[in-house]
Amino acid sequence: MSSRKREEAEEATAALPLLVKTLQEVADEALEIGSKRQPFSAESRQKRPRIRDARVVHSVCPYCAVGCGLNVYVKDGQVLDIEGNPDSPINHGTLCPKGAATFQYTVNPSRLTRVLYRAPYSDHWEEKSLDWAMEQIALRVKQTRDATFVERLPDGREVNHTLAIASLGGATLDVEENYLMKKLFTGALGIVSIENQARI
Amino acid sequence: MPGLGTTLGRGGATTFPQDLVNSDCILIMGSNMAEAHPVAFANVVKAKERGAKVIHIDPHFSRTSALANLYVPIRAGSDIVFLGAIIRYLLEQKAFFQEYVLHYTNIATLIREDFRDTEDLDGVFSGYDPETGTYDPTSWDYERDAAGRPLSDPTLEHPRCVYQIMRRHYARYTPELVEQVCGVPRALWQQVVDTLIANSGRERTSAICYAVGWTQQSKGVQIIRTAAMLQLLLGNIGRPGGGVMALRGHASIQGSTDVPTLYDLLSGYMPQPAALLAPGPGTRRPRAEEVQAPVAGEEMRPVGPSQQTLAEYIAAVGQKTGWWANLPAYIRSLLKAWYGSYADEEEGERSYRFLPKIIGDHSHLATSYEMLDGKVRGYFLFGQNPAAGSTNARMQRKALAQLDWLVVRDLYEVESAAFWYRGPEGEAVDPRQIKTEVFLLPAAASTEKEGSFTNTQRLLQWRDKAVDPPGDARSDLWFVYHLGKRLKALYADSPHERDLPIKALTWDYERETPEPGSRILDEPDALLVLKEINGYYARTPDGKEYSLREAPHVPDFTVLKADGSTACGSWIYSGVYPEPGRNRAASRDPSGYTFPNWGFAWPANRRILYNRASADPQGRPWSERKKYIWWDEERRQWTGYDVPDFPLRKPPDYTPPPGATGIDAHSGSDPFIMKPDGKGWLFAPSGLKDGPLPTHYEAAEAPITNPLYHRQSNPAARYYRDRPDNRLAAVGDERYPIVATTYRLTEHHLSGPMTRWLPWLNALQPALFVEISPELAAERQIRHGDQVIISTPRGEIQARALVTRRLRPLRLNGRIVHQIGLPFHWGFQGKATGSITNDLTHMVLEPNVSIEEAKAFLCDVRPARGRS
Repeated sequence: MSSRKREEAEEATAALPLLVKTLQEVADEALEIGSKRQPFSAESRQKRPRIRDARVVHSVCPYCAVGCGLNVYVKDGQVLDIEGNPDSPINHGTLCPKGAATFQYTVNPSRLTRVLYRAPYSDHWEEKSLDWAMEQIALRVKQTRDATFVERLPDGREVNHTLAIASLGGATLDVEENYLMKKLFTGALGIVSIENQARI
Repeated sequence: MPGLGTTLGRGGATTFPQDLVNSDCILIMGSNMAEAHPVAFANVVKAKERGAKVIHIDPHFSRTSALANLYVPIRAGSDIVFLGAIIRYLLEQKAFFQEYVLHYTNIATLIREDFRDTEDLDGVFSGYDPETGTYDPTSWDYERDAAGRPLSDPTLEHPRCVYQIMRRHYARYTPELVEQVCGVPRALWQQVVDTLIANSGRERTSAICYAVGWTQQSKGVQIIRTAAMLQLLLGNIGRPGGGVMALRGHASIQGSTDVPTLYDLLSGYMPQPAALLAPGPGTRRPRAEEVQAPVAGEEMRPVGPSQQTLAEYIAAVGQKTGWWANLPAYIRSLLKAWYGSYADEEEGERSYRFLPKIIGDHSHLATSYEMLDGKVRGYFLFGQNPAAGSTNARMQRKALAQLDWLVVRDLYEVESAAFWYRGPEGEAVDPRQIKTEVFLLPAAASTEKEGSFTNTQRLLQWRDKAVDPPGDARSDLWFVYHLGKRLKALYADSPHERDLPIKALTWDYERETPEPGSRILDEPDALLVLKEINGYYARTPDGKEYSLREAPHVPDFTVLKADGSTACGSWIYSGVYPEPGRNRAASRDPSGYTFPNWGFAWPANRRILYNRASADPQGRPWSERKKYIWWDEERRQWTGYDVPDFPLRKPPDYTPPPGATGIDAHSGSDPFIMKPDGKGWLFAPSGLKDGPLPTHYEAAEAPITNPLYHRQSNPAARYYRDRPDNRLAAVGDERYPIVATTYRLTEHHLSGPMTRWLPWLNALQPALFVEISPELAAERQIRHGDQVIISTPRGEIQARALVTRRLRPLRLNGRIVHQIGLPFHWGFQGKATGSITNDLTHMVLEPNVSIEEAKAFLCDVRPARGRS
């Protein structure tokens, strides 16, 4: 490299910080093109992308098993939007219609937010506290397990199980959640019918 | 996935969708990949742009077919004939990849003299007991020498070698049979064969992609096995652009199979201990016309080897040779992770007794029958919706009404939570008649908790938490953890031996500090759970004991021990969290062909399984073009673009010394390290409940009689013909002449719990429809857009007719057979409602995995006059 070229290169590097503009500046300039009389309102000029300053949380699509990466944009404790993660080697930012609707799956006025309880033979739901429901469920599990636990078969073989409680579901849950389900239900309580969508 | 597990060694996809771009041919069958897995299908399109041939074989023309080079319409349920005929062609023409097949499969191995084929016994293999409908597989075993080593004949001439047995078995799977059974013209079939052969071998590779179009059949495991066998014969397993790509349908369905929430498995594919019972000799199976349930008190007898002790369990389910010789280390480490110090007593025997033993089929569908009979009192549903999503959904709803209590955890009020006051149109529901107590608990969404999903390519990917769940919604981790804490408290003072496992269970996943910014102060620590799954040193060589929280992590599963010094929740996941601060599921560097630092693929972060087979027996790449893993003579180790799926320093010319055990019993050219003989299993001497070779049987409901055997459908399937809720249409029943198949749409998921509350998606796919050919529509006087009734012996549903050439009548033996296609995403809850397609399907169980047959059944269609 000649010394002159090197100087030019150094000059360019030195000038670099001046060249770097924010997107907003670029947008503002674009609006100036042609005339100083702008057809844009002050409101339009002040518009900013919603996700500016949002925290980006890395997630994975909850639908099929392809495992597309998601960027979840969070601001003020709220999810603003969910998009495909362009860095993911699986989806390169793309999503199918379901994946692209993940936002509405999670931020949706129809979601349940309180425990609902239906008593035997009742014709309506009752709202209950989470603590009450957890205690009642624990009591039902204990009562059913104690009443139905089998230590040995008539042929004398030890089985230590109950067939009167079953659990279904897991393929939409996390690995860690599945692990604890199997550990508690099978490992502690002796429930054997632990199943999920793998057979559906 | 025993189809893949039995044939190749592991129950998971052998490759990853992003490697499909390296395929020269991609065969998609039993899958509408473009619509059900669209983002993965982008790789198929890329491959096609690079010159690959794409073939789609399916009863239903879809976007996958539209983008394929070759579309082959086929009758639902005839897959094994189509694929079996390709196997016959490869064997007869010696068109298989001979060097690969001779060295890497059991094609030369001899089978016992007393083995009899379905060709000898009119549709059953030797060992079949017609009384119980089950097989004793003893006669399927290898012929062995005195030391138990399999005998073989590398010349392939011995009449009892696998090659000759397969030749005889598939002799009648001719192109003519393909025409007659599949409805595929032979020229079209031949095009598929020629394309596969032209794109397999040293220089080229073909991949096969499948989904539940294969799984949901009464012989589904055997169809998948046929594909794996075909790939072995073509030399496509373990190589770039090759493999069998299982396209799974839920975000973590692979994870929930690996960890697992399944009745017959412990983590990492170790079997759940069993004390099996079978109907005693002389117990008669009810005949089809009998509608009464089997008589209570039916005599049962013990079957199978005893697994009453840990030593017996290891003897019964372990292997002396191959990687599974390490089973003692994996089961002891699991017991240690679950039961802490109790696992040290009596060399693990004491805690082994804590594990419940299964006595039969406790799968979801088999349990549904028990529930219907009132034998199940309590039920948990975690994000699953059997009232609309499981087969024979009407029977499922009846079963839920027999429960004492039901816990439903979901984001929305799904059908399974609302079944006690509402049903599909026309189904009266009276709450005063239903005793079931229902607890409906709001669950957290995937963005509201941290944790990992294992995707279709065995890849664990960690999700960070974005926000708290709303109101009383909680993660399932929270629910299970706190339920466990409450139960431990309830049982704390119990003096009973049977309650000891509850007290012994290690159960401390408290966070050190509450999560910053979260209002939920008692959320358990998912990373701590991941650490237990990964494994840790419970006792270091200096004798120091550690609890989960303080213990050093194990780096991978090779250090796990059978002496109680290591704990590991799922050995195949070991290595995902090898040291503090390094959660490899959360690694997010996308660079590199196999992107090894994006997530963590089990086992050992391998992306293509059995990749030793990408090199020839001498360890050299089969070709420069298909180079992947090879032997580096200078460094004396295997190297390449992936983690070698082979002992790193075992040379290609290694020959096992006599009496070698474990992985040392395999030679340097045995790529299938999980199998006891290191070979890919063309013939399966064990591991399957319905035969060592895939054989064509008709679906449980089929429009034609099986032209191969008097045995109409899978003799080992369980039909429940005695159940009034599970009536089946007989062959030739004029009331139900049409073949129905079901499928997913891109815009909805399963029975809709995750999509039918979303206006965005409902706007795209608002209502149930049925795809009908113009010919059938003309026959039944149905116009496009009409409301029609679809009926089966289980029930009727209503849908809008979509008259389209995407479904076409097939000509079988001179007879026209119509097929219709139905999505299955609707129900009576949510913002878009409609008939439940699963009210039509029956509940016949495939023998290996107890899956229903929703992809091929019989029905009728008629206009819904006056009901539109």
